[in-house]
Amino acid sequence: MRDTADTAVLRARGLRKEYGTGEGLVRAVDGVDLDVASGETVAVMGPSGCGKSTLLHLLGGLDRPSSGEVWLGDRRIDQIGERALARVRRTDVGFVFQAFHLMDELTAVENVELPALLAGRSRSVARRQAASLLDRVGLADRAGFLPSALSGGQRQRVAIARALSNEPLIVFADEPTGNLDGAATVDVLRLFDSLSEAGQTLVIVTHDARIAATADRLISMRDGAFVDETRLTGGSTGQLGALVGLEG
Amino acid sequence: MGRVLLVGRLAARNVRRRPAEAALLVLAIMAATTMLTLGLALHGVTDNPYQRTQEVTAGADVVASVGPLEVAPGRAVPVDLARLEALTDVPGVVDHSGPYPATTAELEADGIRTEVWAVGRDSAEVSVDQPKLTQGSWVEDGGVVIEAAFANALDVGAGDQVTLNGRSLQVVGVAVTAAASYTHVCFGHPVCSFLIGSAPDWVRQGPPAEPPDGQTETVDVGPSTADAGLVWLTQTDARSLARAEAALSYVMNLKLADPAEAPAFVDAHSPTSWDALFLASWLDIRETYGEFVRGAQRALVTFSSLLTLLAMASVAVLVGGRMADQTRRVGLLKAVGGTPGLVAVVLLAEYMVLALLAAAAGLAVGWLAAPLLSDPGAGLLGSAGTPSLTVSTVGVVTGVALGVAVLASFVSAVRAARTSTVHALADSARRPRRTRWLIALSTRLPVPLLLGLRVVARRPRRVLLGVASIAVTVSGIVVVLAGRAAMAADWEGPSSLDPQAGRANQVLLVITVTLVALAAINAIVITWAAALDARHASALARALGATPGEVSASLSAAQVLPAFAGAVLGVAAGLALWAALSNDEANPTYWQLLAVVAGTVLVVAALTTIPASIGARRPTAEILQAELP
Repeated sequence: MRDTADTAVLRARGLRKEYGTGEGLVRAVDGVDLDVASGETVAVMGPSGCGKSTLLHLLGGLDRPSSGEVWLGDRRIDQIGERALARVRRTDVGFVFQAFHLMDELTAVENVELPALLAGRSRSVARRQAASLLDRVGLADRAGFLPSALSGGQRQRVAIARALSNEPLIVFADEPTGNLDGAATVDVLRLFDSLSEAGQTLVIVTHDARIAATADRLISMRDGAFVDETRLTGGSTGQLGALVGLEG
Repeated sequence: MGRVLLVGRLAARNVRRRPAEAALLVLAIMAATTMLTLGLALHGVTDNPYQRTQEVTAGADVVASVGPLEVAPGRAVPVDLARLEALTDVPGVVDHSGPYPATTAELEADGIRTEVWAVGRDSAEVSVDQPKLTQGSWVEDGGVVIEAAFANALDVGAGDQVTLNGRSLQVVGVAVTAAASYTHVCFGHPVCSFLIGSAPDWVRQGPPAEPPDGQTETVDVGPSTADAGLVWLTQTDARSLARAEAALSYVMNLKLADPAEAPAFVDAHSPTSWDALFLASWLDIRETYGEFVRGAQRALVTFSSLLTLLAMASVAVLVGGRMADQTRRVGLLKAVGGTPGLVAVVLLAEYMVLALLAAAAGLAVGWLAAPLLSDPGAGLLGSAGTPSLTVSTVGVVTGVALGVAVLASFVSAVRAARTSTVHALADSARRPRRTRWLIALSTRLPVPLLLGLRVVARRPRRVLLGVASIAVTVSGIVVVLAGRAAMAADWEGPSSLDPQAGRANQVLLVITVTLVALAAINAIVITWAAALDARHASALARALGATPGEVSASLSAAQVLPAFAGAVLGVAAGLALWAALSNDEANPTYWQLLAVVAGTVLVVAALTTIPASIGARRPTAEILQAELP
């Protein structure tokens, strides 16, 4: 377990996201406070529609809150302009989506190198980095494959490699195993575990208990608010990790 | 019957569901059908006013003229007036007027100088070709009567002062005649046969090296003239304008017992060799009036084919967008038992209905607008009125509209009909193409171009449509510019006196505006279609750190790059089209061509900014959430 008091890489205060007005008002996120320490893995669980994905979008700068604050490192990002927010997403944040969201017409390596190219890296640097990341997720031999030629688990590993492209401060994963079968889920869990071991900060939204078991901290969410928070002993190295097959 | 009802009902509902797209489809096809209707409706519109003028002026059935035939500078075969007068004795000739002396002269009015044919006439009225006064009185000593179309171009009327060969004369009247149209005025000169009727072989081949029989005398015939106006004076005044008595031409107006025999009369009596006798039938002269409108008609019919191509591009893009939207509908139709054939018919029926609507609207607008272009001018009495729509015009216009709809929607309809039911019900988007070399090339470029090239690479067929649309428009504009350059080069006199310029400018402006408007619609529709199609890729690029500005610029770049290629192709195609349409060597200047290419790129960039920026600013999270399987 890591202490989050002074090492928070992500902080949210009084975060709200509302849709509609009057009687039709819906609070998708309702007054969330959160600190995520550097190198920590936080899992957010809850039933469908409880606001997990919306929270992730707010924290990662994909959407803007109705009120509240989001700090990434020592920078408040809920009030910055769209261009600055784009730069934050480019350099400080990585996303992994449930639906993978790979570009269908690009090969695995071309998908992974995309954030680096957007960040202005040279073609050769971007390609070298992408190849290395694909190697890290165990897909070096699939670099030239189109997403349509990859399995679901392989696609998600490509998406994870892409999220790591610009060495982000934090990686947000939205139901990363939601579209995967059992074997592929274990592959992805192992990958997240290794990222966590390497000190990568992770916030994972899921309703899969197995992936939650790999986290340092588990937060339960309902109706847009946090209702419970549990610190797990050692994340994937504990008993739960063994239960889901990550040990040995 | 039930199937027909079902097809009709589904087509109608779908049109109502997307009224803006349906309206754009109708507008695109209607631009072509209107232009085509206008072109076809102008056929023969000057015939009735000519007939009326001929009746009122007791117009000649044959106009005969003879002049000194120049065989070398300063030497000519003298006029044989007896040859002209002998025509009055030919069987079938029942009346005549003349011969009247005629000469070329320089007229000056309000600082404008131009060549005219001055014809000497009697003060008394005659029974054949008595010009009908529209202003003032008939010829008198020291007074000149000006042919109405010429007077209109000069902007002079009764009471004004003009000079002829430096001699001041008062305009005493303005009159119309059916014997010569402004600017096809010519008497007893080889150039006449190029202006009116067809030139005989001996004229085409040029004068022989040696004059026949050596029968020449020293005569200063003066310069030949084209684009001349017509004025009438007393015979004394006309003779006084000539360089010499021997330089005069003579004109005679013949009335035949059977006017329909006029062409045969002309054929029988036109010289077959070395002679300065020229004959023109009333049909030849009527043709010269029709020529003014014919130029506009030719331009309208030619450009309507370019507009048809543009309309096809518009319809193909719109249909492609609509089909993508209709995938689930196709799945549902098939799930409830619709055969692929029925699905294709349902999809095609919608466009056929819209095409029929566009044909009807084009016919109506073209028919109503035709009188604006069919004005016979001041040289003829009465107006052409609203031309009648013939069955063939309705058939051709309707056929073109249906052809555009079928050709542009057939591939999409068949593709949709052949889609598997499960796939269609899942409503999964058509997988984008992968164009390897473009993707590789884009990695070396700045972010907007990187993303823009990848948008281009996703849908090559749409890009080709965009290129074709711009190429057709630019080629049309190049032909318009070349046409204007040719008109300017062809007209020798002051530009204000060009009788075709006003109408031609009007027609060319309408054509240019229509071409540009259709191309603009295409550019906007294509950009919007690209923005919708690339919304997931754009949202993802933004999630990965691209700014809205970069995404918006990339969508614009995806249109500007093909627009540049289309503009360059269009310039080449336009020059080739002009070369095929005309023998004229006049071409637009290089700076005009450069301006067209640069202007096209700038206009496309400006036009695509708004749809691109709207497309780029849609909430990223919302799009990515919506794309969940």
